[in-house]
This record gives sequence, C-alpha cells and structure tokens, in this order.
Amino acid sequence: MGRYITRRLIALIMVLLVVSAITFVLEHAVPGGPFDREKPLPPEIKANLERRYHLDEPYWKQYARFLNDVMIPHLTTQPPDGSIESDYLINVHIGPLYFLWMNFGPTISSKTRTVNDIFRQQLPVSFQLGIMAMMVAILLGIPLGILAALKQNTMFDYMGMGLAIIGVSIPVIVLGPLMVWIFGVELKLLPPSGWGATPPYRLGFLPQSFGWEYFKYAIMPAIVLGLGSSAVIARLTRATLLQVVREDYIRTARSKGLEERLVITRHALKNSLIPVVTVLGPMFAALVTGTFVTELIFGIPGMGRYFVTSITNRDYPVIMGTVLLYAFFLVVANLVVDILYAYLDPRIRYD
Amino acid sequence: MTAQTETKPAGLTASRSPLTYKRENLWQDAFRRLLRNRAAVIGGVIVILLALVAIFANLIAIMPYDKQTLPDQNKVPLYMGKLFPSMIPYMKVSDKYPLGADYVGRDIFSRIVYGSRISLSIAIIGPLISLFVGVIYGSISGYFGGRVDNLMMRFVDVLYAFPGLLFIILLMAFFRSSFADPEPGTLRFALSQLDAKMGGMLFIIIGIGLTAWETMARVTRGQVLSVREKEFIEAAHALGISDNRIMFRHILPNIIGPLVVIETLAIPGYIALEAFLSFIGLGINPPTPSWGAMIADGARSIRTYPNQAIFPALALAITMFAFNFLGDGLRDALEPRLRGNQ
Amino acid sequence: MSSNQEFLVVERLVKHFPITRGVIFQKKVGEVHAVDNISFNIKKGETLGLVGESGCGKSTTGRAILQLQRPTSGHVYYKGVDLVHLQGVELRRMRRSMQIIFQDPYASLNPRMTVGEIIGEVVYVHGLARGNELRERVDALLNRVGLDPAYANRYPHEFSGGQRQRIGVARALAVNPELVVCDEPISALDVSIQAQVVNLLEDLQAEFGLTYLFIAHDLSMIRHISQRVAVMYLGTIVELTTQDELYLHPLHPYTQALLSAVPVPDAIVERQRKRIILKGEVPSPVNPPSGCRFRTRCPLAVQVCAEQRPDFREVSPQHFVACHLV
Repeated sequence: MGRYITRRLIALIMVLLVVSAITFVLEHAVPGGPFDREKPLPPEIKANLERRYHLDEPYWKQYARFLNDVMIPHLTTQPPDGSIESDYLINVHIGPLYFLWMNFGPTISSKTRTVNDIFRQQLPVSFQLGIMAMMVAILLGIPLGILAALKQNTMFDYMGMGLAIIGVSIPVIVLGPLMVWIFGVELKLLPPSGWGATPPYRLGFLPQSFGWEYFKYAIMPAIVLGLGSSAVIARLTRATLLQVVREDYIRTARSKGLEERLVITRHALKNSLIPVVTVLGPMFAALVTGTFVTELIFGIPGMGRYFVTSITNRDYPVIMGTVLLYAFFLVVANLVVDILYAYLDPRIRYD
Repeated sequence: MTAQTETKPAGLTASRSPLTYKRENLWQDAFRRLLRNRAAVIGGVIVILLALVAIFANLIAIMPYDKQTLPDQNKVPLYMGKLFPSMIPYMKVSDKYPLGADYVGRDIFSRIVYGSRISLSIAIIGPLISLFVGVIYGSISGYFGGRVDNLMMRFVDVLYAFPGLLFIILLMAFFRSSFADPEPGTLRFALSQLDAKMGGMLFIIIGIGLTAWETMARVTRGQVLSVREKEFIEAAHALGISDNRIMFRHILPNIIGPLVVIETLAIPGYIALEAFLSFIGLGINPPTPSWGAMIADGARSIRTYPNQAIFPALALAITMFAFNFLGDGLRDALEPRLRGNQ
Repeated sequence: MSSNQEFLVVERLVKHFPITRGVIFQKKVGEVHAVDNISFNIKKGETLGLVGESGCGKSTTGRAILQLQRPTSGHVYYKGVDLVHLQGVELRRMRRSMQIIFQDPYASLNPRMTVGEIIGEVVYVHGLARGNELRERVDALLNRVGLDPAYANRYPHEFSGGQRQRIGVARALAVNPELVVCDEPISALDVSIQAQVVNLLEDLQAEFGLTYLFIAHDLSMIRHISQRVAVMYLGTIVELTTQDELYLHPLHPYTQALLSAVPVPDAIVERQRKRIILKGEVPSPVNPPSGCRFRTRCPLAVQVCAEQRPDFREVSPQHFVACHLV
C-alpha cells in the first residue's frame, strides 16, 4: 500500500509540473501584457511595473521563479518579516523552524493585496460552498438511490429517478436563476445574492457562526450546485444496489435468518458503495469547477468571479495560482479517493 | 452428415447473398427496443422537432433576431401579466413580440429559435470530435499496448488532471484575445474570419473538442483492451488478417455500442458547457443568439422582467431533458444485448 | 522419406512470460516458464497428440509454433522455413498453410459477423476468390463440415456449441492448410457431440491429407485420434512415443500416473486395480523445481533428480523419455 501511495505522490508532482507549464505557456502566449490596457501608460512607469513583477525577465526565469515560490516548500529559521516575498500561504511554526510553502506573489490588479490575500479571503467561501454542495449531493443522493432500489418499480422508485433526471438535465445556469426568481423574488424567502460569512475565518476557512444568518445565503447555491451530483449518485447507488441485492451472498445472508435491515446495511451497502466512491473523485472536480458557475449566478464573493476577470486583466499570478491550486486539490482528492477505494475493495490492493 | 439439431426455419429461400444480406443485427434489435421505451421516444421526438426548428429557423421566426429596437425595450405581450403577476404594475405591452423583447428590443422568440441552431450544432459536433479523436487515440493505445500505450495514457492522465472548466476558460480567453486583431493575410486572420462566419462557433468547437476527447480515449482503450484478448481476435491473427483490418472490422464493431451510449449521454454536458461559456461572455459572439447568453442577459433583470431569462432557460432545460431521455433509452436498449451476446 | 520427417520440426522451443511491476517504468521481477526447451517433430499426414494437465504449457506450445505467441528462443522449422524469424507479410502468407482450431466455440467467433462473413473473410483476405466464387466456396465448406449452407446468414449466437465448433473447423479449412493445431477442440463440448466433431476431423484429415497437432487433456480421446503422443509436464515433454507403445509400456512415472487415473469401464477390474496417486501440488511455473520438474511429486525420485535435468533420450525405437531412472 505504501508503495502505491508513493507512486501516486510522484505522479501528482509530475502532473502539477506539467499543468503549471501548460498554464504558463497559455497565459503568456496571449498577446498583450497586463499593462497594455486602454490608457497607455508612460513608458517609464510601465517599465517599472514590469520590473516589479519580473515581467521583463526571460520566460524560463519567470517560470523558475514561479516554481521556486509556489511548488517548492522551504524550511527556514528566519521568521517572516511581513514583506511580500516572505508571505506564504502555508506558514507552519514548528519549534524554531518555519515550514513555508506556496507564495503566489503580488497580484497585478491590486496594489494592496497579494494573491495569497485573495486566496485567504475568497477561497474559503468557495470551499464552504463546495463542501456544502458535496454534502447535499451525498445526503440526498445515497438515501434516494437506496430507497429507489429497495422499492423498485414503485412510486418511490419512479419519483426518485424522476428527480434524478431533473437534476441531471437542468444545468446550473438554469436552475440558479429559476430558484432565485422563485425563492428570492416571488416568495422572498431567501436572499438572492451575497454570502453569510466574512473574514476572518475560523481555522482559516470556517465561518465564525453557523446560524440561520449564515445558512440562508448558502441553501440555494448549495442545492443548485449539489443537485446534479446527487442525481448521478442516486442513479449509481440504485444501479449497484440492485445488482448487489441479487448476488448469491445476499441470498445466503437472508437464508441464515438475518433480518432484512441487517442484510442491507451489513452486507449489501458496503459493496454497493464502492463504485460510488470511485465516482467521488471526478465528482469533486465537477463540484469545484461548478462553484465558479454558481458564484457568478448568486453573486457570491468566491474565486469564481475573480478568476474570470483576472483573465481579461491578464493578472498572471492570479491565473497561475488559481489553476495550480485547483489542480492540486483535484489531484489530492483523486488520490484520497483512490486510497479509500483500495481500502474498501481488498481486491485491488496489490496493484 | 446432417447433424443439425435445429429445425429449418420457414421462409428461407435459396436466393440470398450470404455476404451482403444481413438478417437482424444488433442495431435493428436495439432500435426496436428503443421504440418501446416511452420516455426515450418522447426525447427523440423533441430532438427531431429541435432539428426542424433549427433548420427552418428563418421560416419559423418572422422577426429578425438581431434587430435592436430600443424604444421597444422590455415590452411584453398581454398574457405575461398572468404568468408573472409581479410584473403587472410596470409592464409595457406590445403585440409584436410573442415572448417579449429583451433589454435592447430584440425579439426573444426569434432569438430562441435561432439559438437552437447553436445548441444543436454543439450537440452534434461535440460528440463527433470526441468520438473521432478519442476513439482513434484510444484504439491505437489499447491495441498496440506496451510502451506506446503507457506513454499515450500518461499524456491523457495529465490532461485529465487539469480542472476542466478552468482549462476551457483559459483556452477560450486565449482564443478570443489572440485572434482579436489579426493582420490580414496571416493564418490568424483566416481563422478569425472563419470564426466570424460561423457566428463565433469555431473556437468553441475547438475548445470543447480539446477537452472532450480524453474520456472517450480512456473508455475506448479499456474496451479495446478487453476485446483484444478475446479468442476471435486471436483467431483473426492466426488466419493472417492484417492489424488494420482487425482493428476496424473486428474490434471496433464490437465496442462501438458502449461508446455511442456514453457519448449520447454526454451531449447534455456539451450543451450546458456552451451555455455556460456564453453565460460568462466567453462563448458565442453577439449578436448570434445563444441560450446561455440570453439567460445571462435575462438574469440581470430577473426581478423585473423574469420572462427574459425563463424562456431561454426552459428551452435549454427541455433540450437537455430530451437528450437525457434519449441517451438513457439508448443505453437500456443496447446494454442487455451487449451482455447477452456471448 | 526425409521430407516427411522435416514437415514440422520444433527445436529447443522456449517461451517465458515476463512478470512486471511498476506503472511508469516497468521492471521485470520474474518469469513464467510456460514452455521450457522442448523439441519434437511431426511427420506430414500424422496426428501428434499433446497431452498434459491444465497449465502444463501445451496450449502455449501450440500458439508458439504458430507464432501467435512469439517464442523467447528456439526454432520452429515448418517445411524447412524457420517461422521464428518471419515477420509481417511473409508470416501472414505462411499462415495460409497452418491453422488453429480453438477450444472455446463461443469466444472464437466474432459475435458481430455472420457465419458466412466469418468464413468468407479468410478466403477474401488471402485473395483466393471473389464474389460468386467466394460464396460457392463458403457454401461448400459449410457442407463439408455438415452444416446447411442456408445458415450462412446467421450469427454465431444462433448456433449450438457443436455447430460453432464446426464453423471454426470450416474457417480453418477455408485456406487449404496443411498443418492444423487443434487446441482442445472438444473439451468444451458435450460428450455426445465430442465424438461427432472428432469423427469430422478424422474424415477431413483423410480427405485433405492434413497434419494435426492435437492438444487435449483427455487421454482416451487422444488415444483414439493420434498416431504418436507427447506427454507434457510443467513446460517440458516427459515422454513421446507411438500411441500403442505409450499405453502398453509407459515409461515415465508421470505417464504411468496419468494412465492409472483413467477409469476402466469394467467395474470388477476397476475395483481391483491400484491407482498411482501423486503427492503434492503442481509447482508454480514461475519457480520450477531444479533438475527434473516432476521430482517433487514423483514417487521414485532420488538425489540425482534434484541436481540434473534429465535428457530427452530415445530409449527404444521411436520412444523418447526424460527420466534418470529409465
């Protein structure tokens, strides 16, 4: 198992390197730098700015500098001195040592905030939304799937699968405005935009309080985002459970006299949840990128809005940082899912 | 030696050409199954209707979709008041626009009708690219195995790790800006002209194509790997049949079933993707209408004129429903056959 | 006479399958010794039976001869030409005269092609006929194996196992081969059908002068159809002789054990005879025992059996054995 994990970690690093390279090439292949905006700047100021952001250096040097700041963790005894160069996203203090990792540098569109600041302020929001959407997906999808499978071809089954088809067919950009209109405008139950938590966050990413004031902003976006995934999970759970329940070992369990409830929970469920776990990886990816869409619709101050505008503004550090960070999350999430999968299904442990 | 255990079927005459005349094969059987599935039939009918609307758009939509009549901004027909009672106090009535006019006075109905062309094109071209590139890539990788396979799959793995949406956004931004003001006579110019003629579709197609083929490549490879070991492939080798022929005549026909199903089920995803890109302004160029762009425009005034967002949203939802039902039906029709074929 | 001798000559054939670990850079960590240095030959027109338990390497031998698995080393001289060194078009051309019939009648036919197409494709690909002539050939072949040519439009799944096997035979015959490797062609069939298929094979051999390498694990069936028999164990041939000689005077302990396992249809005799039961399990082909492969289960094993691999010697005319104690 350990070997399996190490191999995956190496693959992770290589993947991130390639991703960063591709992103770097793409963003620099677009003609025009960030300072070629509508009002042409006087050449000296432009030169200064370019020097500040190291845009005058040859490409490979910029890339190397980027790798050094972001990908390579540093271990040092010097405490951070508050300057931009030493402001790392991950800043862990162990005894006399500081473990520093991920400094995305200053951002081009704002003089006061660094990319790290942006991440610190807006990433937690996206993260909260993502987690809640995922919970919606799982808490709605799995029970629905189980119910549909156990009561196959009854009303429950049809309704459940009907809901699933709806969830898969209605894209976020349709459901979002629809819900905003129904609940926000006509019924005036929920706020149509905004978010219930502001920095500073507990532990860096959790809101300070979990009351209605917080959740009322989160309900609609989380449902809108999570519905699609919950539909997929529901259908998958139903399909696998239907298959598993017909297997011989379930028949044996029943013939032993085990009550139905235990048959399902102890034997059938564990095996039928395995494919669901496999699908969690790509689902996480879909949710993460789905937060972009949802944030735009609901006016949530997460990474979504920022990313799109940063592209038009050629804000390189933000672009690179976001893509890389999300790629990192994705690969880690896939790794965790794979490990979980290997743990659940003993057959694939000896890769 | 007459060792048949079956009775001779009635109606088999002496005149037949064994190598060209197919008795019932996989597809005909699947089609019949599909017809029995009511939801799939409904979906199929809707898709056909959609195709008709798209093809005959200029006959159906009487008003031009790009004519901005500013004085007619936000006007709605009378029945809107019954659908959206909150609008009654301030709505401006006009009979010219069956579904109302948008914020610059364009007819929503004809925009929706013309928008179907975009969505339908994506629905057809997306899977085509994915199938073409992905299947060929996956087949080569799976068939030849070994180092070739390893390398090809590593490449796909890396692409896979790229957060899909981010990649597309990046790509689209890249396309939009680098082809913004090209000099005449260069390749860029030619491409951007082509793009303009297609109403902005070229880059979207390229963008979607670049991200869609990976899944198909992986699935194809898996299928090829599993079929490759089957004995009739070995038999084909033993009989001296060339690799080429084996790939196209033996392996592909045996795997095409699941591939088609997967791709059909992916169509709603393509449509949603295009809608989203248009939503954030990275998709189709105005004035060509796209349902996504219309929803974006309408979302801004959802509190005041909800009809501007609701109707294109309905069109999008219904289309996706239809493709979903169709895809599900196709999968159910093909699947038991596939499993029971051995 | 000498050209008969040299119809098919297998010389020191070896086939090892590597076992690899690693995802990106694959490292070889072991080998499966499927076929380990065997030599034999087949005369034109005869049937050589190749018998042994599951996993002893007989199927691999058949495939290695036909180059469906390329041998790790060794030579296969077919009509004087070393097949191991042939590639591409030349190899494909050779394939016309050497064919194979598979064990599994269900998996060896393409489920998406009609029977007529399956057989016709072979003819077409080798350029033997076109159009009407092709159709006639297919019909003739179907007739020859005992199937109604009107069935050429049907798909494999519409036939029974025995019929499918006949289709496989027809397909193998389509190019007029001279050598046919029969890889357990009847093991998957019902007993009553087995006899029919074997009879068909014998008829075809008489009519077309075919040479068979008949691979099986059923000793009584081998006895019926073969002129000579080779017994394999764990990748090596332990005994090779004529059919009568093998059953009357088996010399290798393994052969004796195999023969003693065949039930005799006479109840009294069966009750009274003594069966040789081998101890232990078949060793893994990844790590075969040193010296004689059979020594771990052989009731007669002595010291030298563990040290040296026995030579495959001719101990009496036409009777080859690989054992130190013979």
